[in-house]
Amino acid sequence: MNATLGSFLILGSLLVATTGAMLGFFAGRKRSPEGLLWSQRFAYLYASLMIAATAVMEYALLTHDFSVSYVAHVGSRAVPVWVTIVSLWSSLEGSILFWGCILGVYIALATFLNRNQHSEYMAYAIGVWLACGAFFSFLIAGPANPFVAVPNPLTDGPGPNPLLQNHVLMAIHPPFLYLGYVGMTIPFGFASAALLRGRLGHGFLRPLRSSLLLPWIFLTIAIMLGGWWAYEVLGWGGYWAWDPVENASLLPWLTATAALHSAIVMERRGVLKGWTVTLVQATFLLTILGTFMTRSGVFNSVHSFTQSSIGPTILVFLALTLLGSVALLALRIDSLESEGRIDGAASREGMFLVNNLLFVLFTFTVLIGTVFPLIVEAVRGKQMSVGRPYFDAMVVPIGAVLLFVLGVGPALPWGRAGKEQIKRSLLPPLIGAAVLAIAGFLLGARNPWTLVTLAFGGYAAQVTLGEMWLPLVQRMRRGDSFKTALVDGQLRRGSRRFGSYLVHAGAVIVIIAIAVSSTMRSTQEIRLAKGQSGTMGPFTGTFTGAEERTEPNRQSTMAHFTITKNGRHVADLAPRMNQYAAMREPIGTPDVHSMITGDIYLSLMNVDLQQQTVGVLVIWTPMVSWIWVAVILMGFGGLVALIPSRQFYAAPSSAEAAALDIAKSGKAAVSS
Amino acid sequence: MTPTMETQPSASDITRRNSRRFMLGAFLVAAIAFAIIAGSGINKNLVYYWTPKDLRAAGDKAYGATIRLGGQVVPGSVKPHGSTSGIDFDVTDKKSLVHVKTSGIPPQMFREGIGVVVEGTMTREGYFKSDRLMVSHNNEYRTPKDGQNVNAEELIKSTKGLEDKGK
Repeated sequence: MNATLGSFLILGSLLVATTGAMLGFFAGRKRSPEGLLWSQRFAYLYASLMIAATAVMEYALLTHDFSVSYVAHVGSRAVPVWVTIVSLWSSLEGSILFWGCILGVYIALATFLNRNQHSEYMAYAIGVWLACGAFFSFLIAGPANPFVAVPNPLTDGPGPNPLLQNHVLMAIHPPFLYLGYVGMTIPFGFASAALLRGRLGHGFLRPLRSSLLLPWIFLTIAIMLGGWWAYEVLGWGGYWAWDPVENASLLPWLTATAALHSAIVMERRGVLKGWTVTLVQATFLLTILGTFMTRSGVFNSVHSFTQSSIGPTILVFLALTLLGSVALLALRIDSLESEGRIDGAASREGMFLVNNLLFVLFTFTVLIGTVFPLIVEAVRGKQMSVGRPYFDAMVVPIGAVLLFVLGVGPALPWGRAGKEQIKRSLLPPLIGAAVLAIAGFLLGARNPWTLVTLAFGGYAAQVTLGEMWLPLVQRMRRGDSFKTALVDGQLRRGSRRFGSYLVHAGAVIVIIAIAVSSTMRSTQEIRLAKGQSGTMGPFTGTFTGAEERTEPNRQSTMAHFTITKNGRHVADLAPRMNQYAAMREPIGTPDVHSMITGDIYLSLMNVDLQQQTVGVLVIWTPMVSWIWVAVILMGFGGLVALIPSRQFYAAPSSAEAAALDIAKSGKAAVSS
Repeated sequence: MTPTMETQPSASDITRRNSRRFMLGAFLVAAIAFAIIAGSGINKNLVYYWTPKDLRAAGDKAYGATIRLGGQVVPGSVKPHGSTSGIDFDVTDKKSLVHVKTSGIPPQMFREGIGVVVEGTMTREGYFKSDRLMVSHNNEYRTPKDGQNVNAEELIKSTKGLEDKGK
């Protein structure tokens, strides 16, 4: 019953998406208002069908209807209810269905928000979105069908992948990632529509930017959640390993970040239109590449579920989209250029260009390192991977220069600036750079890259904080109360500006925390018998005994430790090993005690219950939890920047720049 | 189009073309430099996925290279170091045999006859020096299989995508 209903809804969505896509392209070509109206209706209908199909699947999961193939594959009566709910994205077929559902919601939302505006682009945009929708409906209806009817259903199933049951972060990381990945379809549709139309008007920048920023926020949080999960579960004490599936999530983030920046230059100066559109297209293509890498089983990891047949289908879709994008760009990119020009390198827009160049270099670095082993294997049949040192050696300098630009860029005014003015903007933040670098040195930082990062970070922090509160200070000087200045100046009028600098502040903290946590950690493997203690730095850990615990879905072996510092009690930690029936290897669950200065991390290597001895990996990582908090700050800043501000332009950085800007834009308006 | 450009089209066009050419040239040089740096970076940091047979076949290339060696732990070959936490054992794919010395505490699942992947490098003294021992990272639903039919290649492949964890 559920299987039939689900299959019916999916086939319906395939039909609706295909028809709607053709209708959208047709209406776009003919500029037909009637056609646009109908393609909007098809967009809503597609979303309804996908949501309904997903609801049917959730219902089948919750009622343990093992006659549905996906439920038979991942369902189990023994697991807690929250695990059953998140089982929707615990395996391939369900995750693609969930994917389609999110795509439907995004399409409906973007269609609804722009229902009365941008009509010259919307029909094409809906056409592109529904074409993507048709592809995912095809995947769900064919190679990854979760609604296959099982003829003789069993009464119970194996339950989802134990790694996903093992930590609650696994329940929230995938939805965030999908919200980020899938959401990139919307700006892709807008950008393609602009290319198809051969025009990118100033008014259309706003939906393009917002539609890019929203999934960017989700993707930012998702990448952090993935790293945090790896840290909390995998037991090696790190959060990032340049693993192909991690890179798959990072790649579109890099190009999306670059596009968000070049869009600002486009808005202010009327240049870089073709470039921004290219970055948006690349972002979408990289999400599809990422889907291929994580879902097709070419890399074996937590993310590639069982051997699947969807790889070739996704590869074909990737090839088609790539060809389509390149052809569209080649034919139409000239029609988008270019009303203004960039005056010089030592300006805000010059730094935006450097930023974009660096993000593109970063993208290529990661892309080459990730894809190279795949190509070697495809061509020569040899298995290899690119080791971590490659990524570290390439990315650390790029990251350091990015941090430098993050500091210098906002300090420089827009347009051509005088030498005096540049000096006045660039010299004072050197204080911040010196303070942070010296503080780091005194606290024991000796790695040259860490010190460089601290110096650039201090510089950037001073610039960012100054710029962030500038409108508030200016308004209070003009006599506004603190509250008015905060609510009206920062959040209402200057929300974009304030939000952007919140993101920058978060980014500065993240980069510093990554540098410190990766170069200043210490690791030790200790073997202890009951009652014995080991020391690391100022901390002493005493092993107080190990025990076994049986839970409905797993068997746990726990070891108890008491951590003290100078005789004072700090924490009780109980790292464990969980043995799930479906898995041969026990999954370690390390236990972490987080402090502002750093984390104590205990991971069990092995336990002997009879003898009461343990082998334990002890890791001290400074500043690591700052990363999680700072990334959340970045996401929050993104949300603030999404608030529609009455003032479309970001407020200028100083009174002089304001005068200069008005003069400039006046001139540009006259000349264009 | 600015008015000034309309009055002097030729001169301005030429500077524009020149600056465009210069930009293109600079971009090309930067791209080539980047490609060379990235290429050599990759070349120096490749991790090879080999069976004992592959390792023997590679000869001198195996010394100093980063290798992920997969195979079965030969029953009866496991010797704890005693003073330190490491162990010695032999790894085989039924065709060749490699003597392995690991530092570090072996994982809970480690036992004789099981399939393992060790990461490290071959030494001139004739043993494989490893600082990382993985029993299996297989996430599929399979009952533990001991002993007889360890497929070394499948085993190594199962650790693909798990880069340098444990360091």
